Amino acid sequence: MEIGLNHYLVLTTILFAIGLVGVMRRKNLLMLFFATEILLNAVNISFAAISHYYGDLTGQMFAFFVIAIAASEVAVGLGLLIVWHKKHNNIDLDNMSTMRG
Amino acid sequence: MELFLYTALFSPLVGSLFAALFGASKKTKMAGIIPSALLGLSLISSFVLLVSVLSSGETVHVEMMTWMATGDLYIPFGFVVDQVSVTMMMVVTLVSTVVHVYAIGYMDHDKGFNRFFSYLSAFVFSMMVLVMSDNFAGLFIGWEGVGLCSWLLIGFWYHKESATWAANEAFIMNRIADLGMLIGIFLVYWNTGTLQYEQAFAIMPSLEIDVLTWMGIFLFIGAMGKSAQFPLHTWLADAMEGPTPVSALIHAATMVTAGVYLVVRANPLYDLIPSVGLFIASLGAFVALFAASMALVNRDMKRVIAYSTLSQLGYMFAAAGLGAYWVALFHLMAHAFFKALLFLGAGNVMHAMHDELDPFKMGGLNKVMKGTFVMMTIASVALAGIFPLAGFFSKDLILEVAFVENHYIIYSVLLFTAGLTAFYSFRLVALIFHGEERYKLFGIHPHEAYKFMLVAMSPLLLLAIIAGSFKMTYFEMVTKLLPATEYHVHSSLTYWIMTIGTQLFVAFAIVYAYKKYTSRDIKVPDGTSKLENCFCYKLLINQYYIPRFYEDYIVKSYRELSEIFWTKIDQKIVDATVDGIANIFYQTGERTRVMQSGNLSTMLKWMVAGTVTLLSLAVAFGLAARYSGEIKIFLSGLGV
Amino acid sequence: MFEAIAFYLFAFLTISMFYIAVTTTQALYALSALAAGMIFISAFFFILGADFLGAVQIVVYSGAVMALYAFGMMFFDTTREIKEKQGNKAIILGLSIISAILVVVIVGAPIIGNNITAAYPVTEGAGNVQEVGMVLFTKYLVPFEVAAVMLLVAMIAGIVLAGKKMDLSLTLMSEAEIMMMKEEDKKVHL
Repeated sequence: MEIGLNHYLVLTTILFAIGLVGVMRRKNLLMLFFATEILLNAVNISFAAISHYYGDLTGQMFAFFVIAIAASEVAVGLGLLIVWHKKHNNIDLDNMSTMRG
Repeated sequence: MELFLYTALFSPLVGSLFAALFGASKKTKMAGIIPSALLGLSLISSFVLLVSVLSSGETVHVEMMTWMATGDLYIPFGFVVDQVSVTMMMVVTLVSTVVHVYAIGYMDHDKGFNRFFSYLSAFVFSMMVLVMSDNFAGLFIGWEGVGLCSWLLIGFWYHKESATWAANEAFIMNRIADLGMLIGIFLVYWNTGTLQYEQAFAIMPSLEIDVLTWMGIFLFIGAMGKSAQFPLHTWLADAMEGPTPVSALIHAATMVTAGVYLVVRANPLYDLIPSVGLFIASLGAFVALFAASMALVNRDMKRVIAYSTLSQLGYMFAAAGLGAYWVALFHLMAHAFFKALLFLGAGNVMHAMHDELDPFKMGGLNKVMKGTFVMMTIASVALAGIFPLAGFFSKDLILEVAFVENHYIIYSVLLFTAGLTAFYSFRLVALIFHGEERYKLFGIHPHEAYKFMLVAMSPLLLLAIIAGSFKMTYFEMVTKLLPATEYHVHSSLTYWIMTIGTQLFVAFAIVYAYKKYTSRDIKVPDGTSKLENCFCYKLLINQYYIPRFYEDYIVKSYRELSEIFWTKIDQKIVDATVDGIANIFYQTGERTRVMQSGNLSTMLKWMVAGTVTLLSLAVAFGLAARYSGEIKIFLSGLGV
Repeated sequence: MFEAIAFYLFAFLTISMFYIAVTTTQALYALSALAAGMIFISAFFFILGADFLGAVQIVVYSGAVMALYAFGMMFFDTTREIKEKQGNKAIILGLSIISAILVVVIVGAPIIGNNITAAYPVTEGAGNVQEVGMVLFTKYLVPFEVAAVMLLVAMIAGIVLAGKKMDLSLTLMSEAEIMMMKEEDKKVHL
């Protein structure tokens, strides 16, 4: 049984869907960050898979940069999270409703 | 010469802009003196040009810059100084310089002093553009420019309701006429392909007579509005709401004569259509009589003079319509001098009488206002056309024209009007300066105007006296451009009978007016005397009920129509549509506002929902693109 | 065959780990499951021959990011169970599943993939790390440097945001002021 590109794509889609579920149902900001990590990683897998099956390194390069971005996002995001926590003593999404229209 | 041309044209503009700089600040004498000085410069330049045109007979034609060049349309900002325009330039600059200097005194106590001079100089600039332009488009710019300035100046005391009303009336009536003028200009362009006078007039003889007739009619409609000819005449009398220098400059000497100028300028056109010319002449004669009759009874000094202007404009049109363009232009020039003088004199009287306009409340002012008295009397004599003053030469000439051209009805109407003119002019003089000092009843202490105002008026006085002696020089100059028809009554006996008869008739009218209005019985009319209750008097004092007719039948119906359009069409359809569209967005916003609960989690859900929508669209379009052939077959099967 | 077994095994493991990560109410569980999922994902990279990427994945995620999260969690009360008000689960699941299906449909459609040519083909006879290095330091040099700067910026931002008294500058303060600040700190600690 040969594993093809489609297998990988389906897998990444499933992972991505899980990430989406996380994004939508999590109310804790930290958990929300986890969910975004999942989303990014799902995409990374598909990049690597496409790169492999087409013999093109561009996909891997993209995955590489995505990792770099994810790392910086975590750094800044956590910093902000700490500031928010210091100020409000919670990191619950439902309490952040200053953007009410 | 070009330098003089540009100086003459642009120095009023500079003066206007200079005065406008101080428009919002307190009264400064400079704002009056500088524009006046610049106008003096313009006058000198015009005079130099006049001398050059007179001596060499050469015209100056410059093309300052291209204004419009699209396709076949080419309109430059071109200016021409020829025999006709230089005459107009002289009249305009001379009268406006005098009026400017006069106004420094007249407007002395007015808060809007600086503003006034800005408008007044702007008017002169527009008028110069009007008369100097070498094409119809430039003429139209000047035409609209003077209309605008006239509006600004009539409504100069804008806190007075009557002034703003009069300004709007003048403006709207002129706009109506300008539409006709614009159509005329379009016709000219449509048929000749150019708006330059020379080229357009060169092509005109080859055009069909119908086309020319329409051109002539529409252009004349414009002239009718500007020169306040019947039935667009009502604005001129109401325009007297403006300051008196404005009345003197704009509504007597210059702007209202623009219509005459247009007809004179377009003489090659009107020569080709004598029927329209005859109509113009008849209308002119009618207006002359019509306006003079209203002047007979009016109790507003300025309005009387305004009606007299109207009447004189009728004379000019009568002459122009009969093909005697140079006579019309000559009368225009002479009239400008003595009418401006008359108005400025009236301004002095008004000042003295604290803005009282009813001559019945004056009387005996010659004792306190000697200078003004002399000036106004001479101006009135000139207006009446007594030898050897200016009016005699120009007005008698018009009568002769009518006689020689065998239009005896026009001739007799004009002759009769000459008598009326003399009568009402001296009715005014007699009421103001002679008889009992009725003003004492009202506790007014009149005083003579500033010396320099009288000095400023003196050039006009001089010209009102001697302008007639320029007749031959003028004739030789102007007929290089205009048809040189000399009008001579064939038998010298008829000529002398006519001239002397006219003089006697006029003199009789003057004497009668004096007799009637210097008597001690003159009281301030209170509406009880027999005369005041007779039908003729009522008809005349109410201006033949024409303003009321306009009010009742045109203004009111138009107002009702507007009301209907406003409530029915504008509010129910246009506004409703616009409001409806706005409402849709407002409601959508209001509804979807719930989405913006501020909860990030909800927002994330919406974001995912958006992604899903986009993805579905991608799938749908992908499928549609792939199966487009099948879809087309399917749709054609359905009969779409 | 080996590849298939590995793929299915790791697919199962990753999915279950991530599932735990998004559903558990315990923050620590979620963190551990996420870390495990990251490591399992690196296995895919190895399978796909992207050795360098796999290594980076382990180093960055399992090492750096997870450590960061762990540090972050120290600030919060991790022992407390995360109470989350749950909205409509049907919507969440529905949206996710629909999007998943749609993505599968799109990527599975035969239109895609027929006209892709390799811009940077794999060099024959070179290891993955070598290949990546060659491409990264030639064609992608500028993005690489930019990414490096971005990481630096992120690091500074993290420090500034999380650190104490970051709005003060020691270089701009006089000696006396610094001493005073230290005194105050001591008092607080005592």
